Amino acid sequence: MEFWHFCEQSMHPAWEKIEGATKVSVDNRFCEPEVAHKLYNRYLDEWMIADQLGFNIFVNEHHGSANCMSASCLITLAILARQTKNARLLCLGVPVTNRTDPYRVAEELAMIDVISGGRLEIGLVKASPFELAMSNQSPARIMDRYWEAHDFIVKALTHQGAPFSWEGEFYNYRNVNVWPRPFQQPMPPMWITASGPTTGRKIAQLGYVMATFFNGAGTKPLYDAYKDEYRKTHGRPAPIDRFAYLAMVVCGRTEAEVQERVKKVKPYLAVQPRTPKAWSNPPGYENVEMNARALNSGITGRINFGLPANPTLAEMAEGGILFAGTPDQLYEQMVAFSDRCGGIGRMLMLSQAGYLSHDETVDTMQLFAAEVAPRLREYAKLKNEEIVQAAE
Amino acid sequence: MFIRPLPETRIVAGRQVEILIRGEGQPLLFLHAGHGFEPDDPLVAALSKHYRVYAPSHPGFGASDRPDHLNSVEDLVFFYLDLLEQLDLRDLIVVGVSFGGWLAAELATRGTGRIAKLVLIDAVGVKFSGRETRDIVDIFATTIDEIPSLFFHDSAAGLRQFGGLDFKSMSLESTTRFARNRESILLFGWSPTLYNPKLLRRLYRVHVPVLVLWGAEDKVVTTAYGKQYAAAFEHGVFREVAGAGHYGYLEKPSEFAAEVTTFLATKTPALV
Repeated sequence: MEFWHFCEQSMHPAWEKIEGATKVSVDNRFCEPEVAHKLYNRYLDEWMIADQLGFNIFVNEHHGSANCMSASCLITLAILARQTKNARLLCLGVPVTNRTDPYRVAEELAMIDVISGGRLEIGLVKASPFELAMSNQSPARIMDRYWEAHDFIVKALTHQGAPFSWEGEFYNYRNVNVWPRPFQQPMPPMWITASGPTTGRKIAQLGYVMATFFNGAGTKPLYDAYKDEYRKTHGRPAPIDRFAYLAMVVCGRTEAEVQERVKKVKPYLAVQPRTPKAWSNPPGYENVEMNARALNSGITGRINFGLPANPTLAEMAEGGILFAGTPDQLYEQMVAFSDRCGGIGRMLMLSQAGYLSHDETVDTMQLFAAEVAPRLREYAKLKNEEIVQAAE
Repeated sequence: MFIRPLPETRIVAGRQVEILIRGEGQPLLFLHAGHGFEPDDPLVAALSKHYRVYAPSHPGFGASDRPDHLNSVEDLVFFYLDLLEQLDLRDLIVVGVSFGGWLAAELATRGTGRIAKLVLIDAVGVKFSGRETRDIVDIFATTIDEIPSLFFHDSAAGLRQFGGLDFKSMSLESTTRFARNRESILLFGWSPTLYNPKLLRRLYRVHVPVLVLWGAEDKVVTTAYGKQYAAAFEHGVFREVAGAGHYGYLEKPSEFAAEVTTFLATKTPALV
């Protein structure tokens, strides 16, 4: 198993002052530049420590948000490309449907890959629904736009020789000539996020890494669909490293320490969904059938990650939302969840969230790296052999 | 405004379109608003006493087909040019409400050879103010729950027009129509939000009489906007109906119908 340190670069000191939505409509005076300066540098330090501890690095982006000040995941990665030595560098991802210019995305990706000496991992994601308010890109036909941007970026990064032209439905370029070409040939590894089996099958056909976030009970059917489609397309079982999963992770030496840290990270879960209602699902972002059925059922959106109200720590671990415990407990929770999903090869770890301090974050990472990671690596290796053998 | 389907289906330019055709007399094309319309629409009923009303659901709305490549207001205008030719409508009156008013204005700028008169009711489609002032409320930044109070002067009346927003009691067919209409108005009107920056400078091409009719209490586009819209036409007149919002024609249907029929019956309308 691989471990990817992740943090949303939040402006958490402002959370208590903000009433209502923490994104889109939130007043930008809550973002004090001096506080932001310290926080950005703190989060970058944590990624550099993660690099030294053997973690890989995962960054994201959001816009107009007190939950995540990373307005460009590629800016964060560009810094880390130079400042780190070993870690794989994952952007998950570039919200290509927010971007008007995928050519520029391809250029920036290639630069990061070359500067880092070939450590880039590319995640292309559909924009969050509420961020279309800021990018002004239409929610309608968003997936058509996504796939054209994807196809363009793949061609722009892999193309060698004389410039080519692109006259698509959404993007037009007369002279595509990406300098530099990526360090990794033909191109850096690709990741896509999914929550449902239909997207999962498409990703399987492409053979990309499939990541899913806080998906709980939805994970096994998603992974199963990927496995089925991967075998049909590629004629062999999908290796465990195709499956990534994001959850919150809290580690402590004692149960008391764990409880104290959980108390600090949990506000993240309460703040994160504070989205203006009009932007939680703009028309077109989901298809008509899904929206019509949601109206009929009266249920809009995923309520509380499918967990009961006020879930216990055990329920949150079983539900794949928050793994929290001493090293032994964490190992058991992650193995149990991975087994239930059919094998997770890449654990994306939201290890800094809420009010967890720098020292506590680093301590969590150190504990995990020393006492949990080696055992989970061994587990995943055996699990992968099991998957391959079962297929033979 | 969206719950029940229209009675007939026709093939126009190779696509299935649901349509309501009612009444006898001079032809009248009714172009509905972004939330759709229903067979018992009171304005359509009133107009069909004097005219032969053709009232389709636009491609993408109600149960009318929308092929992938039909995804802009210009595509809709070409669709309606096809419809006018196919039904061979001449001496035609075009009445459009809100988004339908935008379509009516666009259609008329393509040539008024087949068009006798134009009626724009609380129409969108043009931009008057500077770059930092919105003329039209960003309806895409509002919630479903806000529809009755934003689109109607009397929000209780608005709620009734939207079936009490009681989607759980509606059929899947009705909620599908609602969801489809919402997606399509966003597809066609996302940005620039509900206008075409080119349209204002093309309105001079409309040489026929135009009635610009407004709900005095419209909160989506104000009467000031309506007055500027009327003034942009060669022969535009502005009228307003008291106690009516953006969908005021549903709140005060007889007053709106009276204004429209009076305008249409006038042989030589007052020219401005």
